[in-house]
This record gives sequence, C-alpha cells and structure tokens, in this order.
Amino acid sequence: MRIPILKLYDYLLVSVQVELDDQTVLQFQEDLLKKIHQEGSSGVVIDLTSVEMIDSYIAKVLGEVVDMSNLMGAKVVLTGIQPAVAITLVNMGIMLDEVPTALDLEQGLEKLQLELEE
Amino acid sequence: MSIQSNVEVRTEWGIVSARQAGRSLAKKIGFESVDQSRITTAISELARNIYLYAGIGEIIMEPVEQEATPSSPYRRGIRIIARDKGPGIHNIREVMEDGFTTSGGLGAGLPGVKRLMDEFEIESTVGEGTEVRVIKWLR
Repeated sequence: MRIPILKLYDYLLVSVQVELDDQTVLQFQEDLLKKIHQEGSSGVVIDLTSVEMIDSYIAKVLGEVVDMSNLMGAKVVLTGIQPAVAITLVNMGIMLDEVPTALDLEQGLEKLQLELEE
Repeated sequence: MSIQSNVEVRTEWGIVSARQAGRSLAKKIGFESVDQSRITTAISELARNIYLYAGIGEIIMEPVEQEATPSSPYRRGIRIIARDKGPGIHNIREVMEDGFTTSGGLGAGLPGVKRLMDEFEIESTVGEGTEVRVIKWLR
C-alpha cells in the first residue's frame, strides 16, 4: 500500500488515510524523501487525523522521517494527532518532543511558513 | 459474551490483523476510544515482539469477568494473551526496565504495554517460549 504525497507550491502534503503497517510506513519514509529530493520541497505537512493507532515502532519511523527530512533541508510538521493516540503514546513513555506538531492541516501550514521565514 | 478471537502472528500482516481484531472486540465490550487505543497499541507491541523475537506465535483476545469481592466490585474487561514458542527471555527484570531494547525501537516495548493495561503477567522459559497475559478493565 502506497501513501499518496501531494505537491502544493514548495510544500508536500500527506494525509494518511490507511491503517499503518510496518511495510507501508517504511515505504512512505522512502517515497517522501525521494519526493522531497525530486521536487526540491522546503516543507512537508503529514496529517494524521485518520490514524487511530500509533505504536512505538510507527512512532519511531515517523520521528526518523522528520530527522531525515531535516537533514535534507526540508521542515516537517505532523498534524491532527488524535486525543486517544496522544494519550496512548505519552502513557507508553513516548514523547516525540523534538517533532514539530500542529492541531490541523491549516495550522501546520502556518507553522511551516513561520519556520521557513526565520 | 463468548467471543474469543485468536490471531496467528507470523508476518507483519499478523500484527495488523491482531490489532484490528482487538479493536473490534474492545468496541463490542464497550471500551471508549482512549481505552480502545490503549488496548490496540498494547496488542500491536505484543504482536511485534512475537514477530521479531519468536517468528511465530498467537494472540488470544477474550472478554473477561470478575465477580465482586470484598475489595472490588463486579467488573468486566478484555484479556489478551500473547504466546509463542520462541527463544524465551533470559532476564525478565531487564526487559521490564524502561529504555531496554534489543530491536532498536523506542524501548517502549513491554514496560509500555504494562503501563497501558491494568494487569500484567509474564512467564518465560529459555528455549521454550514466552507468555504475556494482560487485562484492561472497563471503567
């Protein structure tokens, strides 16, 4: 299963609408980095509104996506993390505190713009 | 309610099937969304341990009831059993420490599962396998 990655001006938009299994999330990591390279994107918003579960492995891979994109020079913001998902992650002791987040897609795009203007 | 669900884990798809079956059972039992997420995530961690360390095993999910006792009222919940015939765990105390990981994960593994659930038991014999039993009670 491939997660679609959309281009919007200098940004990439991703809305995760599928149940994340290990293979899908790894494939997405690779696809996103290639797309950043190909399009010369400066920022990425990954919207997780439809994601009902993030376990420690998926959290790790998402954290890596953010680090890898930063290395390439693109900023990533994760948006729309569900209350139940946030509670579960913190209960497990997973903080993702280095990862930029925003409430929704709109605020995620604003955050990207602010960060890139700096 | 006698709706037991038994999922074999031998591939990454087994991890997905186990947590889908777990979410559906948790919903049927009446857990709200935050506990559904805790239960599903705990199942995912347990199934991944089987896949990574034992290669093959099973996740059994079932409703559980407990009669009232002097110290606690009648309650219902979900029980999850993760069983494998893998290599077993040498030092259980070590794997229950926060931050311990051999898979390069975030180290949430078993201590994370323990924090998400209300009851947690683990039995493991080197060379024979591991069984983890957890329960979440309805609030």
